[in-house]
Amino acid sequence: MAENPLVPTSGEFGLEKAAAESAMIPNEPPASFAKQLQGFWVTLRAMFKKPNTVQYPEVKAPTEARFHGRHQLNRHEDGLEKCIGCELCAWACPADAILVEGANNTEGAQFSPGERYGAVYQINYLRCIFCGLCIEACPTRALTMTNEYELADNDRGKLIFEKEDLLAPLRQGMLMPPHPMYPGSDDGSYYRGEVTGSHPSQEPTHHA
Amino acid sequence: MGLEEKLPSGFALTSVEKLAGYMRKNSLWPATFGLACCAIEMMAAGAGRYDLARFGMEVFRASPRQADLMIVAGRVSNKMAPVLRQIYDQMPGPKWVIAMGACASSGGMFNNYAIVQGVDHVVPVDIYLPGCPPRPEMLMDAILKLHDHIGHEKLGVNRAQVIREVEAAALAAKPTHQLNGLLR
Repeated sequence: MAENPLVPTSGEFGLEKAAAESAMIPNEPPASFAKQLQGFWVTLRAMFKKPNTVQYPEVKAPTEARFHGRHQLNRHEDGLEKCIGCELCAWACPADAILVEGANNTEGAQFSPGERYGAVYQINYLRCIFCGLCIEACPTRALTMTNEYELADNDRGKLIFEKEDLLAPLRQGMLMPPHPMYPGSDDGSYYRGEVTGSHPSQEPTHHA
Repeated sequence: MGLEEKLPSGFALTSVEKLAGYMRKNSLWPATFGLACCAIEMMAAGAGRYDLARFGMEVFRASPRQADLMIVAGRVSNKMAPVLRQIYDQMPGPKWVIAMGACASSGGMFNNYAIVQGVDHVVPVDIYLPGCPPRPEMLMDAILKLHDHIGHEKLGVNRAQVIREVEAAALAAKPTHQLNGLLR
């Protein structure tokens, strides 16, 4: 039979070679007990450390104060909405997550001080990346972020938040819009902080 | 799947439903499907500080054959979509999917030709989790909401009934072209 170059002929390959190599490994005695203990030092030390696990669903640790959570549409001190429907938040949004449609305030239906208010306000939380550019863009400080973060849902439709989901709740002394502006004020006095509460004449029953 | 699917409707079936739901929700094994930055938060949720082992799901299986939950963490490119689908198909049922983060839920800020606009184009999604990326607490919240869903899942004839009801509700729903704003 002719010489096949692919078949090893010498002890260069195979079991003989492996046996020769394994014989080269020095046969050392096992390390001393102190040496073994040194190897386990990190493990042993960790056994006496306090666990740092947060017990999330039972104990909800507060986030950092400036954590970017769910948005909130704020109100003036008498309950009128701060949003003027300018759409600057929607323009600033890099993910196109915000939709705003402005409308005119009328004599019978005043939602915000001045001429315009946000009639439709939707934020798509499936798109929102919580960057906060909308908050920076807002000229009236109507849009801010809360620290609320538990937003997961099994329905895409429920994760598009409407205006009523985003509006801040009414605090003490606030009236539910639509209602007229504070008597004797214009929109400027709202922005200068001169309106500090609602007036009895703003009650919607007087202007039904 | 097994014998529990053959039970007639009634006391036995509801008892088995409760038992199966309790066992399924407390031994949920996720398949690793970290695609982008959300995976970092997913790993953090698995590590010591947030410790998913508290919910019986510390083992992120590298093999889809051993997993029953897929956490799609990150943006899915069009090239990755068939891979995602294959991993999902290789998982044994019953199986669930969490779309973690804005990109997996809807494409997020990457509204372009390269990114799948939501993994629900590729696989059925059980929980959508907003955030970019969501913090580990948000992921745990989504997982707990999924646990609640799994715990109340129906079997056999009851499941067929639920499927019929969901189908009827979907047919009765307002068509998307009649919706306003972002809902359209």
